[in-house]
Amino acid sequence: MTDGSPQPAPDADDEVRRLEQERAAVVDQDVRRTTGDETLVQRLVDAVTGPNVVVTLLAIVLALVIGAVLIAVSDAEARTSLAYVFARPGDFFGAAWTAISDSYGALAKGAVGSRNGITESLLAATPLILTGLAVALPFRAGLFNIGGEGQVIAGGMVASWVGFSASGLPLVVHLPLALAAGIVGGALMGWIPGVLKTRTGAHEVITTIMLNNIARIALSYALTSAIFLGPNNVNPRGLSVPDSARLPRLFDSRLNAGIIVAIVAAILLYYLMERSSRGFEIEAVGLNPHAASSAGMSVARATIFTLAGAGALAGLAGAVLGLGVAAGGITTGFSAGVGFDGITVALLGRARVPGTVAAGLLFGALSIGGRAMQAQAGINLDLVGVLQALIILFVAAPALVQALFRLKRARPGVTPGMTAGESA
Amino acid sequence: MELELRGITKRFPGVIANDHVDLRVTDGEIHGLLGENGAGKSTLMNILYGLYSADEGEILIDGSPVELDGPADAIAAGIGMVHQHFMLVPVFTVAENITLGTEMVRPGGRLDRSAADDAVRELSVRHGLPVEPDAVVENLPVGLQQRVEILKALYRDAQLLILDEPTAVLTPPEADDLFEAMASLRDDGRSLVFISHKLREHRAIADRISVLRRGRIVGTADPREASEQELADLMVGRPVDLVVDKTPSAAGDVVLEARGLGVVDDEGSPLLTDVDLAVRRGEIVAVAGVEGNGQGTLVACVTGLRSPDSGSVTLRGTDLSATSRVDLLRGGIGHVPEDRNRDGLVGPMSIAENLILDHWDAEPYASRGLLQFATIRRHADEAVEAYDIRTPSSATSAGSLSGGNQQKVVVAREFDKDNDLLVAAQPTRGVDVGSIEYIHKRIVQERDGGTAVLIVSSELDEVLALADRVAVMFHGRLMGPFDMPIDKSAIGQMMAGADPADILGDRPATPDGPTADVDAIDEEQS
Amino acid sequence: MNPHVTRSRRFGVVAAVLGALVIGFFALPNAGVITEVSLESRLAGADGSRIGSIDVPILVVTLLIGLAVLALAALLLTVRLPDHVNVVGGAAVGLFVVAFLLWAARGDTLFAVDLARLSLRSAVPLTLGALAGVLCERAAVVNIAIEGQLLAGAFTAVVVASVTASPMAGAGAGILGGVVIAAMLGLLSIKFSTDQIVAGVVLIVFAAGLTSFLASQWLSTSPEMNSPATFSAVEIAGLSSIPVLGPILFDQSLLVYATLVAVVGLQVAIFRTRWGLRLRAVGEHPKAADTVGINVSRTRWLAVLAGGVLAGLGGAFLSIDAASSFTEDMSAGKGFIALAAMLAGRYNPRGAFGAAMLFGLAEASARALQGFDVGIPSQLLLAIPYVVTIIVVSGLIGRLRIPGASGQHYATE
Repeated sequence: MTDGSPQPAPDADDEVRRLEQERAAVVDQDVRRTTGDETLVQRLVDAVTGPNVVVTLLAIVLALVIGAVLIAVSDAEARTSLAYVFARPGDFFGAAWTAISDSYGALAKGAVGSRNGITESLLAATPLILTGLAVALPFRAGLFNIGGEGQVIAGGMVASWVGFSASGLPLVVHLPLALAAGIVGGALMGWIPGVLKTRTGAHEVITTIMLNNIARIALSYALTSAIFLGPNNVNPRGLSVPDSARLPRLFDSRLNAGIIVAIVAAILLYYLMERSSRGFEIEAVGLNPHAASSAGMSVARATIFTLAGAGALAGLAGAVLGLGVAAGGITTGFSAGVGFDGITVALLGRARVPGTVAAGLLFGALSIGGRAMQAQAGINLDLVGVLQALIILFVAAPALVQALFRLKRARPGVTPGMTAGESA
Repeated sequence: MELELRGITKRFPGVIANDHVDLRVTDGEIHGLLGENGAGKSTLMNILYGLYSADEGEILIDGSPVELDGPADAIAAGIGMVHQHFMLVPVFTVAENITLGTEMVRPGGRLDRSAADDAVRELSVRHGLPVEPDAVVENLPVGLQQRVEILKALYRDAQLLILDEPTAVLTPPEADDLFEAMASLRDDGRSLVFISHKLREHRAIADRISVLRRGRIVGTADPREASEQELADLMVGRPVDLVVDKTPSAAGDVVLEARGLGVVDDEGSPLLTDVDLAVRRGEIVAVAGVEGNGQGTLVACVTGLRSPDSGSVTLRGTDLSATSRVDLLRGGIGHVPEDRNRDGLVGPMSIAENLILDHWDAEPYASRGLLQFATIRRHADEAVEAYDIRTPSSATSAGSLSGGNQQKVVVAREFDKDNDLLVAAQPTRGVDVGSIEYIHKRIVQERDGGTAVLIVSSELDEVLALADRVAVMFHGRLMGPFDMPIDKSAIGQMMAGADPADILGDRPATPDGPTADVDAIDEEQS
Repeated sequence: MNPHVTRSRRFGVVAAVLGALVIGFFALPNAGVITEVSLESRLAGADGSRIGSIDVPILVVTLLIGLAVLALAALLLTVRLPDHVNVVGGAAVGLFVVAFLLWAARGDTLFAVDLARLSLRSAVPLTLGALAGVLCERAAVVNIAIEGQLLAGAFTAVVVASVTASPMAGAGAGILGGVVIAAMLGLLSIKFSTDQIVAGVVLIVFAAGLTSFLASQWLSTSPEMNSPATFSAVEIAGLSSIPVLGPILFDQSLLVYATLVAVVGLQVAIFRTRWGLRLRAVGEHPKAADTVGINVSRTRWLAVLAGGVLAGLGGAFLSIDAASSFTEDMSAGKGFIALAAMLAGRYNPRGAFGAAMLFGLAEASARALQGFDVGIPSQLLLAIPYVVTIIVVSGLIGRLRIPGASGQHYATE
């Protein structure tokens, strides 16, 4: 402006639009990449003190409270005393309190209360970190990968096959080869919905779910074939992987080198997402595909790359299982739902690498603690699944948590910009 | 009906959209509300229609205060609104749209379509606004859609009709029809509030004009007495340059040449038909026309976003289809898209990131696949300075800027390249006057630096201010370009589909046929 | 290139290949081979009039089917049918499946009536789920959570039908289960403006987690809670003894009849009533609806909750009609197949039902084929419904006109 008058007031409609845009933002700006030249410590401090972390912590607390109610009503003794709660309320509350404190006590102690608990928790967290990243990566491009389970199965099958069918190779050749095979197997499973989406507009949520079912059927068929079972075997357990393709054990425990593989993958992905120009392209496509393609970026490339990359990560998770805890031979249930759990891990981690790793560790610990809880307090392990679901339920709706706790500063949660059924 | 607003105040986070606005609309008058983009006109009218609630102040109808908690209240109070972006359901019929919310039903809630059609037909005859009740709205031309909007308000027996920027989407002849309809509604005894940022229109139709600036009423004027310059000064708060300073063009070689362009849409109906256009180095060719006549498709074709179904586009003699969009953007074409929020900016990303949106993986902003944050930030800080982008920092998200500053971010990115061709669609839409002046000056600078410039605009004033040659688009066909100066009303008639031969007679035009012809004309002129 | 033309052409090519396969592979090599097609039901209660079975010469019949498929292919390749590509393509695929079944059962007996009956029954949860999707989507709320609604409905239905020994009470409880998840979807997407796809997936995880927990904590220790009274077939007097059609259509359970009524009822309600007009207005252009005094969020809430009723009923069908107990994750992706049916049916109840029938046919065929030798391991045949779903979402849907405001949150200020 020529006369140096003050900045013009923004259009009110602009203002409203801006608020809407903020609401729709995929990723929070607290840890945006533009602050790339700040130190890691500064960024960590910002991230930890940000409103997201508060919401996440409150979400965990809320989930534990609701979980406590479930424990109370499902505990046999507490349920019996519930029948006469009005006559002798003390009985019910006493029984309920015992049930809750026993359960959560066992949960905490089982997860991190011992050396064994910690290594087991890390072992359980390994595939969760990888499948969480497999959901987080496409999420940044505005895509929702529900196909982790199928990709895990594909990766695990291929890795296991390379593991048991090749013999006589040294560890330094055989293990990387088997891991790579798992990556390729998973990547192919991710590539299919990517290509279908770009070519035909088929929504990835539907195609990836269908591929999960197909992978599961293929696995149970493979476990009836001689290729996986060996001759004259009808027991549906695959062949055992030789030591040359097994992930080496760490710390004299069941924990294996898979955790190192997962952390390396997370670091590489961090650089890809936060520092590289490819990550910039993916993020731009996720936030505004129109502007991105106007600027010469390729939405199709980002779609296929992130979905195939997600498949590779989930396939690696499958390989880590097939060459780790399931190295004795894969079974129909070897994936143990880690592909689905990846969805909750990524949502809790807000589709960012550090958050996803942290969420993977948390859910790994919860699942190990859950086993202790089942053994010691008689509360079924599946409660952990409910807790996880409740946590992300609250995380996905920060407004809900804020309303419950009367917090200020509404911030958008994780929200990919897409509509169902949108097609080419 | 008489309407009075007293001390209406509305705040949005960080901005006061309306600041103690007092306004009086008397019985049977057309009250003009003038103000530039962002002055708070739409906010005020949305309050009046119950869509926003005011933080302070009161609304009086015929002397008694009313509470408007939603559109239903406003409708009950006799207020009707013709929105700038029509509030019509595109896949519904005219009658369904008009009766929506007050449907005629048979027992059991079943729609009585024939009764609705009859009622709409009767209404349209009574007001002399003919429509087909069973036509589907999305198939109607914009002018007719607007008529449906007006009928919708009249169906609810609106005594006060608010028209929010009603002429923005109309051709000049359509606008004249609208003014006639408005006058007849006034003569019926209804009151009308007419919102526009175009001075001329207020002088043509308003009985009284209130001027809104930065949320405040800064004056009320009689259109017969106030001059355009006075009104403009009042609106902007300082003297405004209504013309763009520029020297005659020194056009050189042909840079962009489109020949026989044809594009059809999904349903097979034509979007572009046989378009020939050449833009030369150092000239501004402006394409006028009401939106939706194929300009968007033309821009997509000449910037390589879309390949035409027939015909060819060449840039400096090379066919566009031979080069990728990335290479075009990095090697010769600057493109300011029509809808910056959709196609120009990634709102949640920072200004710095938006400034490298088309160079995201190129030196010096990226090296060996990694982003160079220091370089990106330095570049952004320079651009913020050079292009007068008003922002706290270059790390601010682009989406949080005002319209004018958002547009400057796009302009900074697209002008800062070594362009052979610059294509700018609606370069000043939704932009404040200060930014308009700035962007216009930059466009002329680009031309003077030897760039071929193609402007597409539905603002006739902008076209006339910038153009060295003017073309008009209507129904996917291009008329012209014609040399300036050219009569404004002639362009207006062409925008409504008149044949240029009938209007201009044997006036020499320079249609862009084969290159040789253009060169020949060049020689004649020089 | 014009996408309608390409799409029509793509389907035409696929149909031509299918037709050629039918003639070349099913028909020509099987001259003189007979398939016995039984027109009686081994499943339905009514014996109806015994018309026994007919011997179908494979060559003649599959040849005719093949020619019909080729005719449909020619139609797709030459005539522009932007609005009917799905229908014509679906018909071609359906005919191919019929020819395939006839061929697979060569020299054996094909229980055609039972297959049709089973197709319809398989289509019931898919249809109810798809209708739930249609209702929500018409109000511009994306409902990915159908899978979770089915699960919740299946669980509550089993428990209540076990305790009360009344399938009707179970169905009511199933509805309640579906509505609870629907209410959560409404809360997240309408009230708290959570991204609707995220909300839907979260709710599926929630429903799966909670039902698994409750099943393993309660049902496994108290099996009497998982032994519901189930729905049984109700013959419609007179109609059920019509040959062929009787056992297929008029000797079914109440939930099947309810589904058919829901399809017709919703088709009328959405397109012919005031409520439907307002619903569509809210989905297409919520602000336009708002400006004429229609309450956008109330309309959306109603649609979402009504969707919960239907999907919950679909869940009840799974656990107290199709099966007679609750098992973990018993929905097995049906909620997503229902979504695909909704998309393929272009958000119309009628179309969604047609697509659900195609998926139902695929599922019933996969089971029927278990008994025949088709050169493919029988286990892999179980993947047919999932493969068909992928093919349908990739191909048949094509360009969709989705409701204008789909997935968008609407806030008044």
